[in-house]
Amino acid sequence: MSIFEYNGSALVAMVGKNCFAIASDRRLGVQLQTIATDFQRIFKIHDRLFLGLSGLATDAQTLYQRLVFRHKLYQLREERDIKPETFANLVSALLYEKRFGPYFCQPVIAGLGVEDKPFICTMDSIGAKELAKDFVVAGTASESLYGACESMFKENMEPEELFETVSQALLSSVDRDCLSGWGGHVYVVTPTEVKERILKGRMD
Amino acid sequence: MECVFGLVGNGFAIVAADTSAVHSILVHKSNEDKIMVLDSHKLIAASGESGDRVQFTEYIQKNVALYQFRNGIPLTTAAAANFTRGELATALRKNPYFVNILLAGYDKETGPSLYYIDYIATLHKVDKGAFGYGSYFSLSMMDRHYHSGMTVEEAIDLVDKCIMEIRSRLVVAPPNFVIKIVDKDGAREYAWRESVKDAAVASA
Repeated sequence: MSIFEYNGSALVAMVGKNCFAIASDRRLGVQLQTIATDFQRIFKIHDRLFLGLSGLATDAQTLYQRLVFRHKLYQLREERDIKPETFANLVSALLYEKRFGPYFCQPVIAGLGVEDKPFICTMDSIGAKELAKDFVVAGTASESLYGACESMFKENMEPEELFETVSQALLSSVDRDCLSGWGGHVYVVTPTEVKERILKGRMD
Repeated sequence: MECVFGLVGNGFAIVAADTSAVHSILVHKSNEDKIMVLDSHKLIAASGESGDRVQFTEYIQKNVALYQFRNGIPLTTAAAANFTRGELATALRKNPYFVNILLAGYDKETGPSLYYIDYIATLHKVDKGAFGYGSYFSLSMMDRHYHSGMTVEEAIDLVDKCIMEIRSRLVVAPPNFVIKIVDKDGAREYAWRESVKDAAVASA
């Protein structure tokens, strides 16, 4: 079994009209055994920037701690929050630093940039950025997620419709993947508020 | 194979571990205490490579004590768990410790808590957790019978059910177990469950 599939994960981020949604599954497993059904994969960097980390859970936790540290330093020096594009570059640089002994994580970054324009991107475990205008996916269920998102995505969705689309795409994809699932965690972020919702799907 | 499991009840946390020290086919002793008292209100139940287990848990114990000497107040359970995870994570890519840990503690402000820390430094706060081959049986028993806010009697009953299941269904089941509890009155040994007693050492 690949090291990326050791804990199991599913992550998706989608762009809407002046908003974005980022969603993950909730399972923490050790190969075939499920350890917890409330594992947090999406982290808030600041009010308008969220980071999802799929892959090996220990590296996701280490990487998150390093990134929060770097962002706090950035806030002290720049006296403002980091822009999503800049943060993506930071993550990419941190990952490439470990080119020959990498973190086994695939991050998904979603944020609201200047003039509330939504920004999403993903990268591989050594920091190769992949910008997208519509959606990005990561994790063991990524192949199913690509298919589900491609068929369900529409441009310029309002936050409520975006939430429905992201939730359906996530749940239908993790149902075909034994290593991810046990519910979902969806954040829908608009310029004025962040709505966090827990999904109840097939609890297996 | 080493069995460690634990759960959180109403104002207390309980951990149980098998007590056999095994090398290949030989059982060196069957009264090896694998649950270390970290400080007055914390227990660390460890399983894995025996040298690493003793060395690493003693290292954590001494550092937790050092913090208390330096700062005059003890670490919270969450802080101790994060410190332990940090040490495992730092060593992971150099000289990893093959130790799985269940850290149980009681804090005055937040009550009892249980942390699952596996050998690759994955940290998660759980209500019930287990390691080893015994986990396949104890986790299932706990999934069936556990509910939040159990009394000590109910929890000990559940622990005994798990031990019974391990003894009857695991092929190389360890014969003896030790149970320790931590609550507002501190961390202490609760009971032993022995089915094989070591012969008394002849006096000189």
